[in-house]
Amino acid sequence: MHTDLLRELLAHATGDGHLPWRRLLKPGDWLLLVCAAALVAASFPLLWRGGVADRAIVRRDGQLVTELALNLPRKYEVIGAIGTTVIEVQPGRARVLSDPGPRQYCVQQGWLTRANAVAICAPNHVTLQLAGRSGQNGAYDTLNY
Amino acid sequence: MTRSTIELPVTADDYRIARYAAAAIALTVAEAALPSPLPGIKPGLANIIVLVVLARYGWRDAAWVSLLRVVAGSLVIGQFLAPGFFLALAGALCSLAVLALAQHLPPRVFGPVSASVLAAFAHIGGQIALARVWLVPHDGVFYLLPLFATAALVFGTINGLVAARLLAAAVATPATPSSVKAAS
Repeated sequence: MHTDLLRELLAHATGDGHLPWRRLLKPGDWLLLVCAAALVAASFPLLWRGGVADRAIVRRDGQLVTELALNLPRKYEVIGAIGTTVIEVQPGRARVLSDPGPRQYCVQQGWLTRANAVAICAPNHVTLQLAGRSGQNGAYDTLNY
Repeated sequence: MTRSTIELPVTADDYRIARYAAAAIALTVAEAALPSPLPGIKPGLANIIVLVVLARYGWRDAAWVSLLRVVAGSLVIGQFLAPGFFLALAGALCSLAVLALAQHLPPRVFGPVSASVLAAFAHIGGQIALARVWLVPHDGVFYLLPLFATAALVFGTINGLVAARLLAAAVATPATPSSVKAAS
């Protein structure tokens, strides 16, 4: 039978009479490690630009009314200057579902998905803004599409 | 009275797989005691055993050890059929699929470290894919991808080095002739 693996692990943990670690790496291993490290390093700026929104901030007259996490579907009602604005949240996005304003700009804007995107219901003094996890809002004041 | 004794024929293969799976389960349990900065980031020490089995006995045995490790390990630590179990299973299946391809890499150029790193990336890939579809139904999970990828690179490299050293030591000092015969 072959040797018991745990005994093997213990025996070799002391490490006498073995190849140095770097001899265990073959040329292809080095190549793969360098490529993998480059990919991992590239993934940080790609994915951490704060593009993913994780909460919706609702304000009335510039004052914070509530922050809604974007992980569960729900509806939220804000009493504004001329009526009730209904905010709808779904996983990863939020919108103004209905608003008493005459021109319905913030309703027609539809779903907001990016961090720092904002919908302003001016007649009712209510704004809906998405925020990312990083909180670094330096690059953009607002984003609209 | 009739004696009802059920005899299950046990082969040498079964004993060998059970022995390696036991080592892998022991490492899984030991690892469960370690604190983790983020759920899902673990060294994955049991994968050292899977890599050694893959190199010595081939993919079929490695798949047995890996899946036995996931099922029995989760039973031992009380995670069976919990979300963590399915994430581990998804990761194990993805890394086994990648190892099935990686074992055909030319062995003169690529060693266990390559297999380990590729399997580690496949592992987090499978976990994140399942988490995205099932547990966190929006793209926020991908925010964690750089952290998981860094952990996979670091732990994949370390596990691969340990596996490579174990394999090199076994070849350099063959304990019994049978183990060398089985490895070749």
